[in-house]
Amino acid sequence: MRLSLLTRERFFAAALLSPGMLLVVIFAFYPILYSFYLSLHRIILGLPGLGQPFVGLRNYADLLHDRIALHALANTLLFVFSSTLLEVMFGLCIALVMNRHFRGRGFLRASILVPWAIPTVVSSQMWRFIFHDKYGLLNFILFGSDISRYQAWLADPSIAFTAIVTADVWKTSSFAALLILAGLQTIPDDLYEAARIDGASAWQRFRKITLPLVRPALLIALLFRTMDAFRVFDLVFVMTQGGPADSTNVLQFYGYKKIFAEGLMGYGSTISVLVFLVTFVTAIVYLRLLGKGMFGKPA
Amino acid sequence: MKRMLFFSAAFLIVWLSLLPFLWFLATSLKTEVEITAIPPVLLPSATLHFYRTSIEQYDLLHYAKNSVIVAGSTTCITLSVSLFAGYALARLRLRAKGPILACLLMVSMFPQISIAGPVWRILQSLGWLNSYQGLILPYVTLTLPLGVWITASFFRELPAELEDAARVDGCGHLQTLFRVMLPLAAPGIFTAAILIFIYAWNEFLFALLIMTQQDYQTLPVGIALFQGQYTLPWGEIAAASTIATVPLVILVFFFQKRIIRGLSAGAIKG
Repeated sequence: MRLSLLTRERFFAAALLSPGMLLVVIFAFYPILYSFYLSLHRIILGLPGLGQPFVGLRNYADLLHDRIALHALANTLLFVFSSTLLEVMFGLCIALVMNRHFRGRGFLRASILVPWAIPTVVSSQMWRFIFHDKYGLLNFILFGSDISRYQAWLADPSIAFTAIVTADVWKTSSFAALLILAGLQTIPDDLYEAARIDGASAWQRFRKITLPLVRPALLIALLFRTMDAFRVFDLVFVMTQGGPADSTNVLQFYGYKKIFAEGLMGYGSTISVLVFLVTFVTAIVYLRLLGKGMFGKPA
Repeated sequence: MKRMLFFSAAFLIVWLSLLPFLWFLATSLKTEVEITAIPPVLLPSATLHFYRTSIEQYDLLHYAKNSVIVAGSTTCITLSVSLFAGYALARLRLRAKGPILACLLMVSMFPQISIAGPVWRILQSLGWLNSYQGLILPYVTLTLPLGVWITASFFRELPAELEDAARVDGCGHLQTLFRVMLPLAAPGIFTAAILIFIYAWNEFLFALLIMTQQDYQTLPVGIALFQGQYTLPWGEIAAASTIATVPLVILVFFFQKRIIRGLSAGAIKG
């Protein structure tokens, strides 16, 4: 009797889960496998007459010799590394400020959520306008009304990349801050009290109490930000279109261009697979670092 | 001295967060001449000129309508699907709980480009490119992890005695879920709704790929693709951006606590 009750519960649970899992299978897992399948073929959207011949690993061999692709890979990794590092650093600072009790804390919290909530396309247009060569705010702040010194920031390969990182850090530091804040709030006040009585300075308290105890939250923030940074697309599409001279071309954007702008469904799919593998490996490394604590214990 | 330092830090954070957007908001209220003026005009003459032109020449309301339809439907569908899944994962005994959660986590993490081509082909073969359902279904899939994660974390906090009591009173599984658990998890459902809506409202890449005809494009696609004849129509872009952002800013100021709770539920609990 008890066994049948358990079985019924399992059936019920499976029924509740099935719509969601069905969607995930159709629109997420099957497409990933399908991407891999496509990457083994030559498919050109504009030329359906060619069919889709199987070409084995030819696309992957081409990818290894595609200098723009390798450049985009390097750009992606550099973008992920620099933006997440800055975001977690700023996030920690913001979280430390938010963790205090003071009047107007609600306003502060709502304010930092604004950049997070703004559509990325909007924040990209906004930063593009700030970096504008003629009437951008940045030029005015740096050079005043001296138009002769105004720079076309986004046309400068060495600066465009920094501009993209800046826009991303502005938009997402607050998300990192919230995750870190959740970690800060689990640290009991007694610890600080005890340290203060023992005569520990503010810096010592930060080093010896805050930092070690907030470490798991920092890692989680890093994980989430890293995975999200790999998805950078809107910023590049709106602000630079990957230019100038491919200095802001990232894999997501390059893949998009190959598949949808040039119609190279087969070759573009190798880029999709590459992006997937790179993020997958990164995620595994992080999850190892975090240990098993990520997945919920049974309720 | 210490307090001064603290308050100036808080002040700096608030200004850095708000200033860039306020600048764009001011831009949307300027005249053509004020936008290109050097030194820049700090206080705009508060004309609604660009709002009118963006509606009349760029069909802004049309994009807004599409955004409302797509983000609204995504929110409703994702919520109902993830309610069931979240309840099952949080409260019921089932095998493979770990793998299912891992799958969902994966979906929430891999970059869109790794599925974009195939999703486009699937939709093309269904004839669903340039259709609302063609964009809504991928959105539901992509927001599902978020929805399940948050609802599950709220369901998990409800006391088990409630369920037991309902069963003793003769409620079946479905009845227990709908009559007892759902009303209690309402705050969690609402939190999930806000986050899902924001995601669907802001998404760009899939909207760009799937909606190639202007008739179906959402606000982010419109804002990214606004083109003038010779120069970029900054006034119209700023006006459209403001329209796309204001609903979100209102959500943030009203529901900041819920949003923060929801965001950290996704990461810390689980």
